[in-house]
Amino acid sequence: MHTNQLIPIRLYLPLLIIIMTTRKIAFRQALREAMQEEMRRDSRVFLMGEEVAEYNGAYKVSQGMLDEFGAKRVIDTPISELGFAAVGVGAAMNGVRPIVEFMTWNFALLAIDQIVNSAAKTLSMSAGQFGCPIVFRGPSASAGQLGAQHSQAFENWYANVPGLKVISVSNPYDAKGLLKSAIIDDDPVVFMESEVMYGDMGDVPEEEYYIPIGKADIRREGTDVTIVSFNKMMKVALAAADELAKDGIEAEVIDLRTIRPLDHETIIRSVMKTNRLVIVEEAWPFGSVSTEITYRVQKDAFDYLDAPIRRITTADTSLSYSSVFVEAFLPNPARVIQCVREVLYK
Amino acid sequence: MAKVSKESYLFWYETMLRIRRFEEKAGQLYGMQKIRGFCHLYIGQEAVAAGTITALKHEDPIITAYRDHGLAIARGTSCNAAMAELYGKATGCSKGKGGSMHFFDKDNYFFGGHGIVGAQIGLGAGIAFAEKYKGTDNVCICFFGDGAARQGMLHETFNLAMMWKLPVIFVCENNFYAMGTSVERSSNVTEIYRLGEAYDMPSKSVDGMKCETVHDAVAEAAERARKGDGPTFLEIKTYRYKGHSMSDPQKYRTKEEVEEYKQKDPIETTLSTILKKKYATEAEIEAINERIQKEVDDCVTFAEESPYPDASELYTDNYVQSDYPFIID
Repeated sequence: MHTNQLIPIRLYLPLLIIIMTTRKIAFRQALREAMQEEMRRDSRVFLMGEEVAEYNGAYKVSQGMLDEFGAKRVIDTPISELGFAAVGVGAAMNGVRPIVEFMTWNFALLAIDQIVNSAAKTLSMSAGQFGCPIVFRGPSASAGQLGAQHSQAFENWYANVPGLKVISVSNPYDAKGLLKSAIIDDDPVVFMESEVMYGDMGDVPEEEYYIPIGKADIRREGTDVTIVSFNKMMKVALAAADELAKDGIEAEVIDLRTIRPLDHETIIRSVMKTNRLVIVEEAWPFGSVSTEITYRVQKDAFDYLDAPIRRITTADTSLSYSSVFVEAFLPNPARVIQCVREVLYK
Repeated sequence: MAKVSKESYLFWYETMLRIRRFEEKAGQLYGMQKIRGFCHLYIGQEAVAAGTITALKHEDPIITAYRDHGLAIARGTSCNAAMAELYGKATGCSKGKGGSMHFFDKDNYFFGGHGIVGAQIGLGAGIAFAEKYKGTDNVCICFFGDGAARQGMLHETFNLAMMWKLPVIFVCENNFYAMGTSVERSSNVTEIYRLGEAYDMPSKSVDGMKCETVHDAVAEAAERARKGDGPTFLEIKTYRYKGHSMSDPQKYRTKEEVEEYKQKDPIETTLSTILKKKYATEAEIEAINERIQKEVDDCVTFAEESPYPDASELYTDNYVQSDYPFIID
C-alpha cells in the first residue's frame, strides 16, 4: 500500500537530516537563530534591550536582526533596565511575547523587582487571568578580569522564585534548543549565557529542534563518580573528567541546563550508580544550586552515598580585579580532580 | 468643558455612591476581622475613578496600585466579586489569591492592583506598548499615588513612553500624603505634574474632587493618545478621608484639613448638580440610594456564604504549565 511504503522513509528522515545537515556554528549564532526562527513563526515575538538593534548587539548576538525584522520588532532601549523590563512585563501581560536582553545579568539587578515582583507573580495574583510569557536573557557570571560588579552569577537567586523558570546553557546546541523552548513557553523564563562562550563553536543541526525545559543532559557517562555542573563550569567539569580518565577514573558528567525546575531525577539516578557526587558551580557557596542538590541527594539517596557530597564553588568573596584573584576565585579542573580523589579516597 | 450628558452625571453619582458604601462596609468588616491583611480605602477619591470611566472605552486597559477597590468597581467589577475577594473566597475577582491589594478583572480590562509602589508605572507603559504593537486604538490609563511619583520608575518610564509615543495616560492621584509623608516633605518639587515637563510630556494639574474636570482631562489625554501623539501626565489632586491603611493614627494632618475636603465632597457636589439640572427627582435619587445599599448589603451575604478556595489552589496559577514539578518535601 502506498502509505506503508512511506512510513519507513518518514522514520529514517530525522536521523538522516541530523547526520547530513549538522554544521558548526558559534554560540551567539545559535542564540540568534533561535530568536529568528521564533520571530518568523510568531509576529507577537520581539526583541528589546540595550544596543540590540543598530549596534547589532553588544556581543553581536542580534547581528542582522534589525535588518530582517525592522525597528518595530528589534528595539533599542536607553540604559533603563528597570523601565524596559517593566515595559516588557506589561506588554507580556497584554498579549505579546517579548524577549528582553540584558547586557549582563549584573545590570539586571536594577530590574529584579520587575522579574520577581511582577513577572513571577502576575499569574498567581490574578488567579490565572494575566500571564507573563517573557524571556529575560543575557550573559551571566565572570568573564575575565572585570572586577567585582561585572562578575556575578545569579542562577540560584532566580531559581528560588516560584513563577520563574531558569535556564543556564553551556554549548551552542543546548543554547538554541532551549532558547526556542523558552520563547514558546507561556511562563516567564530567565535565560543565562556567558560572555566568554559567545564565540564557542559547536554542532547544531540546520533543521529546527526544541530541547525540553527541565531536563538535564548526561554529557559523559561514567561509573566512579558523578560530577554535576552548568554553564561555563561544564568546561571545567569535562576537562577534569578527561584528566581523571587517564588514571582510570570514569566520571559521569551531568549538565543541568535548566536550574528551575531542577532535574533531580537524573542526578539521583546517576548517584545511585556511582555512589559519589561532586558539584561544580560558579556561584557563591551560601544557598547555592549545589546546596539544593545536596539536600535532595542526601534525602533521596542517602544509603547510596559512599562519601560526603562535595562541591567546588567560587570563593565566598567579591571577585577582585588582579589575575591572581581571578585564579583563586574560580573553580578549575585541578580543584575538581582533587575533590574527586578525596571522595574516592584515592 | 465638553457637554456632559445626564447619563454621565447619573453614572457618576451611582458609581461614587457604590464605591463609598462598599468602602464604608469594608472598613466596618475590617474592624470585625472579617477582612484581613492590608486594606487601603478609596473614600474621598471617588470622583477620580468615576470621571475616568466616562472618558474612556471599555476596552481601554486600567492599571493601578494597591488602593484599587474604587477603580475596579467603577470599571465594572461587581461588589460581590470585590467583597468576596476581601473575604479571601473562591468567588472573588482574584479567586481569593489577591486580596485587597491585588484585584484583577480581565473581562473588564482591569490589569490589577499592584503592591510595589511605582512598579505599575512601567507595567502601564508596557500594556500600552502591546496595544500599539498590536495596532489597536486602545489607550492604557495608569494610576499611581504621590508617593510613587518619587520612584525612579516614573522617570525611566516617562522617558521611554515619550520616546516611543505610547498610548498611555499617566495619572498621579495626589492625595497629598504618601502614607504619613506629605508631598512637601518628599520633594523640592511639590507641583508633581511638572515632573512630566522634563520629558516634554503634556502635563497638567487637575481638580480631582469633581467628576467633570477629571472626565475632561482624561478625555483630552485619551484623544491625544488615540491620535498617535503619545502620553499625557495628569496630576489629579484628590483627598482620602480615611487613613493610609486601616492602622493609621493620622497624626500627620489636622481634623480641620479633613473637614475642609469633606465640604467639597464629590458625591454631594454631583448630587446637587443633578438636582439643580433636574436630571433626576428626589424620589429617583432615593431609589438609587436604596438600590446601592441593597447591593452592598447583598455582597456581604454573598461573601459570607461563598466557599473558601481549596488549599490545593496554592499550587495552581503559579505556572501556566499544568504539570510543573514543584518541590514538595
